[in-house]
Amino acid sequence: MTPSRYRGAATIATSFLAALMLTALPLPQWAEPWRPAWVTLVLIYWCLAVPQRVGVGVGWVLGLLLDVMTGTLLGQHALSLSLVAFLALRLHLRVRVLPAWQQGISVFLLVVLDRALSLWVTGIQGMPTEAKAIWAPAATSTLLWPWLYVILRDVRRRYQVF
Amino acid sequence: MRLVVFVLASLVLMTVDHRYRHLEAARATLSVVVLPLQLAVNAPFQTAHWASESLATRRSLMEDNDRLRQERLLIEARLGKLADLEAENRRLRDLLDSSARVGERVLIAEVMAVDMDPFSHKLLLNKGTRDGVFLGQPLIDANGVMGQVVHVNPFSCTALLITDPNHALPVQVTRNGLRAIAIGRGVANGLELAHLPLNADARVGDLVVTSGLGGRFPSGYPVGRISQVRTDTGRPFAEVTVEPAAHLERNREVLLVWGPGQAPGDLARGGAGS
Repeated sequence: MTPSRYRGAATIATSFLAALMLTALPLPQWAEPWRPAWVTLVLIYWCLAVPQRVGVGVGWVLGLLLDVMTGTLLGQHALSLSLVAFLALRLHLRVRVLPAWQQGISVFLLVVLDRALSLWVTGIQGMPTEAKAIWAPAATSTLLWPWLYVILRDVRRRYQVF
Repeated sequence: MRLVVFVLASLVLMTVDHRYRHLEAARATLSVVVLPLQLAVNAPFQTAHWASESLATRRSLMEDNDRLRQERLLIEARLGKLADLEAENRRLRDLLDSSARVGERVLIAEVMAVDMDPFSHKLLLNKGTRDGVFLGQPLIDANGVMGQVVHVNPFSCTALLITDPNHALPVQVTRNGLRAIAIGRGVANGLELAHLPLNADARVGDLVVTSGLGGRFPSGYPVGRISQVRTDTGRPFAEVTVEPAAHLERNREVLLVWGPGQAPGDLARGGAGS
C-alpha cells in the first residue's frame, strides 16, 4: 500500500466520522425530522467519486455503526445503506457528469429509498411511523447536496484521494 | 452478487437481533467503538453546562443555596417520618410473617446530549458494566419511573423509556389496588393501561405505581397519574391514558436502581451520596 493510498483512506474515514457525529448532534424537537441524512449523503459522494474504493461493503459497515449509535435494530441501516451504495455505484457514470443541482434529483431518490427501507423495518417492529419522516430528510438532503458536493470535492482534491 | 450477500447478512442480523439476545456482546463491542464520537458530540454541551455553572453570579448561588437548604429541611422532616413508618411497616410485616422489604440502592447517571433514533424513545447514559449496570436495570428520577436499560457496554448504556411502544410495565392503581399493564404510546408523554374492562374502577387523577409483579421493577415507585378515561361501549376495553410522573425529556441526571440481592460491584465510586 503506497502512502498516498493510505492518506486517502484516512480522509474518507474522517469524512464518515464527521457524518456520524452530525447524525448524533442534538437538535431541537421541531428540527428533528428535518435532520439531513448525513451518512447517506457522504456515502453517495464517495461512491460517485471513487467507486473503486467505496462501495457496498463500506456502506454496510457504516450502516452497522449507525445502528449501534442510534440504538436501532442491528442491520437496519446496514440494509438500506448497502442498497444505496449499490445503486450509486450503478449510476455513478451517468450521475457524475451532471451539474450539481441535477445530481440532487438522484440524491433525492436515493435518500427517499434509504429512509423508506429504514422506516419499513421500524414499522415491522410495530412502532408508529409517519410519511414526513421520509420526505423531510430527503428535502433537506437535496438542498444541502450542492454545497456538500463542492466541499467534499475540494477536500478530495486537497488530499488527493483517487 | 456482493449486494445479495450483504442484504442477506443484514436480514439475518435483524432477525437474530429482534428475536434473541445473542448479539448483545457484538453490540457492546461496536458501541465502544462509536462512544468516542458520542463523547465528542456531548463535549460542547457539557462545557456549556459547566461554563454556565461556574459563571453564575454570587447572588444567584446564594439564592440557590437558600432554596436548597429550605428544601433539605422539609425533606429531612419527611424522611424522619418515613423512617418511623418504615420501622412500623417492618414490625407489622414481622407480625404477619411476610418477607420484609429491603431498601434499594441507587447510582446517579448523567444523560448524554446525543440524539438517538427518532422513532424509539431512548437515552444514552454515561454509566456501564464497569459501574455494575446490568441489562433490564430500572431507571428512575426524583418523580417516578423512567425506563430500563436495554443495551450496556463497559462505559455507557442505553435506556428505553416507558413511553416507547415496545415498553410494557406492570402497574397498580394506589386507590384500589387495580392491577394493569402500562404500555408506551410512542408519542411524547403518554402511556396507556391495556386490557382494562369497561367497568374497571379507574378515575382521572388516580396515582399509578409499579406493582413489582414482573420482577424487574421494584414495587411502589410512582409511574404517573391517569389523565383520561374513555369508556366507549363499542369497544372491548376502556381507554385509560396515564401521564408519566417522571420528567422524561427534561432530565440531565437520572438514578439507576439496584433491587435487593442485586448489589452493584462497588458503590463507593459515585455512590448514592454524590
